Amino acid sequence: MGSGHMRLELRGITKRFGSFTANDAIDLVVEPGQIHALLGENGAGKSTLMNVLYGLYQPDAGEVLLDGEPVTFDGPGAAMAAGIGMVHQHFMLVPVFTVAENVALGHEPTAGAGLLSLGEARRQVADVAARFGFHVDPDAMVEDLPVGVQQRVEIIKALSRDAKILILDEPTAVLTPQETDELIEIMRQLRDAGTSILFITHKLREVRAVADRITVIRRGKVVGTAEPTAPETELASLMVGRAVSLGVERTPAEPGDVVLRVESLTVRDAVGTAVVDGVDLDVRAGEIVAVAGVQGNGQTELAQAVLGLVHPTAGSLHLDGTDLTGLSVRDRLRAGLGFVPEDRSTDGVIADFSIQENLVLDLVDAPPYSRRGAIDRGRLRRNAEQRVVEFDVRTSSVDAHAGTLSGGNQQKVVLAREMSRPLRLLVASQPTRGLDVGSIEFVHQRIVRERDNGTAVVIVSTELDEVVALADRIAVMYRGRVVGVVPGGTDRDVLGLMMAGVPLDEAVAQTAAHHTTLGALDTAPPTQAAQPTQAAQPEEEGR
Amino acid sequence: MSQPAAPPPAQPPSEPQDAPVAAPAATEERPPGLLQDVLASSWLMTVCAIVLALVIGAVLIAAADPDVQSSAGYLFARPSDFFTAVWQTISSAYAALFQGAVFDWAAASPQRAIRPLTETLTISVPLILAGLGVGIGFRAGLFNIGAQGQITLGAILASWVGFTWHLPAGLHLAVAMVGAAIGGAVWASIAGVLKARTGAHEVIVTIMLNNIAVFLVLYLLTTSVFRSPTPQVGRTVAETAMLPGLLGDGFRLHLGFPLALLAALGVWWLMERSTVGFRFRAVGSNPHAARTAGMSVPWVTITVMAVAGALAGLAGGAQLLGTERNLTGAIAGSIGFDALTVALLGRSKPLGTVLAGILFGAFAAGGRLMQTRTGTPIDIVLVLQSLIVLFIAAPPLVRAVFRLRAPGERRRSTAEAAA
Repeated sequence: MGSGHMRLELRGITKRFGSFTANDAIDLVVEPGQIHALLGENGAGKSTLMNVLYGLYQPDAGEVLLDGEPVTFDGPGAAMAAGIGMVHQHFMLVPVFTVAENVALGHEPTAGAGLLSLGEARRQVADVAARFGFHVDPDAMVEDLPVGVQQRVEIIKALSRDAKILILDEPTAVLTPQETDELIEIMRQLRDAGTSILFITHKLREVRAVADRITVIRRGKVVGTAEPTAPETELASLMVGRAVSLGVERTPAEPGDVVLRVESLTVRDAVGTAVVDGVDLDVRAGEIVAVAGVQGNGQTELAQAVLGLVHPTAGSLHLDGTDLTGLSVRDRLRAGLGFVPEDRSTDGVIADFSIQENLVLDLVDAPPYSRRGAIDRGRLRRNAEQRVVEFDVRTSSVDAHAGTLSGGNQQKVVLAREMSRPLRLLVASQPTRGLDVGSIEFVHQRIVRERDNGTAVVIVSTELDEVVALADRIAVMYRGRVVGVVPGGTDRDVLGLMMAGVPLDEAVAQTAAHHTTLGALDTAPPTQAAQPTQAAQPEEEGR
Repeated sequence: MSQPAAPPPAQPPSEPQDAPVAAPAATEERPPGLLQDVLASSWLMTVCAIVLALVIGAVLIAAADPDVQSSAGYLFARPSDFFTAVWQTISSAYAALFQGAVFDWAAASPQRAIRPLTETLTISVPLILAGLGVGIGFRAGLFNIGAQGQITLGAILASWVGFTWHLPAGLHLAVAMVGAAIGGAVWASIAGVLKARTGAHEVIVTIMLNNIAVFLVLYLLTTSVFRSPTPQVGRTVAETAMLPGLLGDGFRLHLGFPLALLAALGVWWLMERSTVGFRFRAVGSNPHAARTAGMSVPWVTITVMAVAGALAGLAGGAQLLGTERNLTGAIAGSIGFDALTVALLGRSKPLGTVLAGILFGAFAAGGRLMQTRTGTPIDIVLVLQSLIVLFIAAPPLVRAVFRLRAPGERRRSTAEAAA
C-alpha cells in the first residue's frame, strides 16, 4: 500500500500575482524513490510552487503530471487523494489532541453510526510507525511532544493517507541539530521504502547531506540543477546569483581587557528551576564569544539577564567593571550594551511603526533625536535614510512599516539600531535565524567589523555553522551550565557532544575514537557517536 | 563530480538584475492606487457604518409608528397608504433629529434657528474630552473603562474648588479645572499603579472604581462640606469659577468647547510629535520590543492612565463648570460610556474623536426634539449609537454590504507569493 512508486513532473509552471511573477515556467521532475531538494532563498518562489502542487493555487500556465498523466487539483483534498502529502513549516496539529486523534483528523475512521473509532486511528499510527521505524506513542498529547516529534506526527499523518510523494516545506527551520539529524534519517528511510520526497530548504548543508538531486530556483525561475556532491559555494552562488563567501573573512582576534564579567550567575524561572545555573564567563574587548547549545539550555535567559529583562537570583554581572545589578535596561543600553534579540518580530521591531521610528526606539528620548520632549522628525528621517543605505535595508521608503519588510531586512533594521550607539558589548541572539544566504553574509560581516572596532561580542546561537564561522571562543551550555569554553577552531563533533552535556576531555576522546566514521560527515550527528546503535551513518562520496 | 546546468560564472550576464533579495522586498510594498487607498481607508468605513445605522434606524422608527402599523393591516388593499405612512414617519423623525441637532428652519428667530447647533457643541464638550482620554489608552494598549469614575472625580474636585475657594475670576476657573484634571488623574492612576505593580487588569479595576466613584459622590453630598439646602444636590459653584458663555444669554455654549479643541490639538502633539507619545504608542503596539529597547512599560502604564484620567477629569470639570454648576449623583450621566464609543468611532485619533464627539452631541440634542415633536422614542438614538459601534466592530459586514475591498487584500496575496 502506501509505498507505490510515483513519478512527479512539473512542466512550465507559471504563477503570477498581478504584475509579479512568482513562478516562471518551472520544470521539475521527482523520480520515484528519490529525495529531490528544491533550493532557493526566501522569496525565490519555493512556497508558491508547493502551493500550486498542493492545489492551493491554480497555475496560470503549465501542468502537473503524475506518472505521466496530467492532473489538476482544485484543493488540498484532491492533491492528498492523488497521493501528495505535505508537511508545512508551521504544523497543522491540534495541541490538545493525542497523536492518534491528530492523525485521524480530517478522515476520521468511524465504526457505524458515525461513531469515532480511535482504535483504528491508533492502529494506523502504529502501522506507519512500524513500517518506517518511527517511535511515536499514539496516545501522547501533541502539546507535550518535542518539536521534532510533532513533525514526525505530521509525516505520519501524510503517510497514513497513502502519500506517495511527500513535500517537506522548510522542515528543519524549527529543529535542533539533533532533531535535524533524526529527520534526515527518517527521510532516508522513507526514500528507501519507495516514497518520493520533495525537500524545500535554503540550508546548503542539509541539501548536500540528504538530497539525491537538487534544483535551484531564484526569482521564480529554475537557474540550475546540481548533484549533492557540488561544493557548497557553488550551490550558494547559484542560489544567490553571485559569488558568496560562506565562511566569514576575519583576522585572528586581538582580545583586550575584560568587558563583560559574568560570575556564578543563576537565573530561576517562575517555578524556581535554575535555568541558568552558576555560569562564569569573561568576554574581552575585540573578541567574539559564541554561546552554543541546543535551544532551551539557558542561553536565552543568560542573554536576557545581561540586558536586564530577567533578574538573576544569584551571582553578578559587570560591564567594564561596573556592577549591572540594579541598572535598568535603558541604563545598560546607555552604558554601551547592544542587544539583538532572539525573536526579532516580537522583541526586535514594532511591526506597525515605520522604519525610521524603529531605528530610534532606544534613543528617541535624548538629543539629537528630540529636544525637551519634542521629536526632531527631520533628524529621524535623515538618520533613517543614512542607516538604510549603510545597512543595505531593501525598502522603497523609510516611512514603510517594519512589518512589511522581509525577515532579513527587519534584522538589518535591528542591527542598524543597535550599532548606532557607541558599543562596548554586543549581545546577539540567533542573529541569522531564518535569514537567507545573502543576509547571513551581511550580518556576519557587520558583527566581525564590530569586533574589529574593539567591541566585546557575545553570539548566542544554536546553529553550529554560525558558531564555527564567527567565534573566537565557544562556551557550550547544557542544562543551564557552561560545559566548557573551547577555542574557535574546535571540531564540530566535539562541540556536538558537549552540547549533549559531555565534558570536554571526554568529548575529545570519544571523537578521536570515532574519527574514521565521523570525519567524513559534515552533518555528523554527535549524539550518534555516543549511541553507535544507530548505525545508519550515510556513506558520503567524500568531500 | 558536479554538473550544474547553469554554472555560476554564466549567471550574472544572463540576468541584469544583480540584487536577487530585492525582489521580495519590492513586492511586499502596497501597490500604488489612490482609489484603493480611499476604499480601504477607515474613514470611509466609518461613514458607511453611520449610513447603515441610519438605514436600520429608519426601519425601526417606521416599525414602531402606530400609523405605519395600522396601515400595514390593509397593506394589500391600499399599499399607497402604507408607503406614505412609512415615508411620513421616517422623514419627519429624521427631520426633527436634524432640526434639533443642527439648524431649525421652523424656528421663530434666527437665534433660535442656530441654537440647536450650539446645543450639539455644548453636549459634545465632555464627550470629546473624555473620548480623547479613552483614545490615548486604546493606542497605548490599555482598555480604560473608567472614564465614568474619572469624570465623577473631576466634577467633585471642580465643584469643591468652585464653592470653597474665593479667587479672582479666570484664576478661580483655571484652578478649578486643574483640580478636575488632578482628580481624574489620581483616580485613574490607582488602576495604572495596580496594573504596573501587580498586573491587575485595568478593565476590572476601572469598572470597580466607577462604582466606588458613584457612591463616593452620594456620600459626599451628605457631608456638611458639600450639602446644600436642596437634598441630593451639592453647593453652588461661585460665578468666578464658571466657564463663561461664548454667545451670551439664551445659549449654553461655553468656553469648554474651544478648550476641548485645544485639548485635541495637544493630544495630537503628544501622540505624534513628543517622545512621551512615542513611548505610549510603542508600548501599545509591541510591549516586548519596547521593553527590549529600554522603555519602562510600568512607567508608560501609569503615565497613560494618569493622562487619560486627567482628560476625563477635565470632562467632568467642563460638565460641572460649564453647564451643571451643582454636583449631583448623576453628574457623569452616561458620558463615560459614550466616550468609549466616541473614541472607538474616532479611531482613537484626535480629529476623529472631535468629530465623533460632535456627532454624538448631535444625536443627544436632536433626539430630544425628535421625541417631543414626532413621538419617536429618544431610545432610538441609543439604538443608532449602538448600531454604529456594532458595524465598526464588524468591518467585514460593512464591506460586504457596500462591496468594498478589504484593506491590504492585494498586498497580502503578493506577499504570499513572495514568501
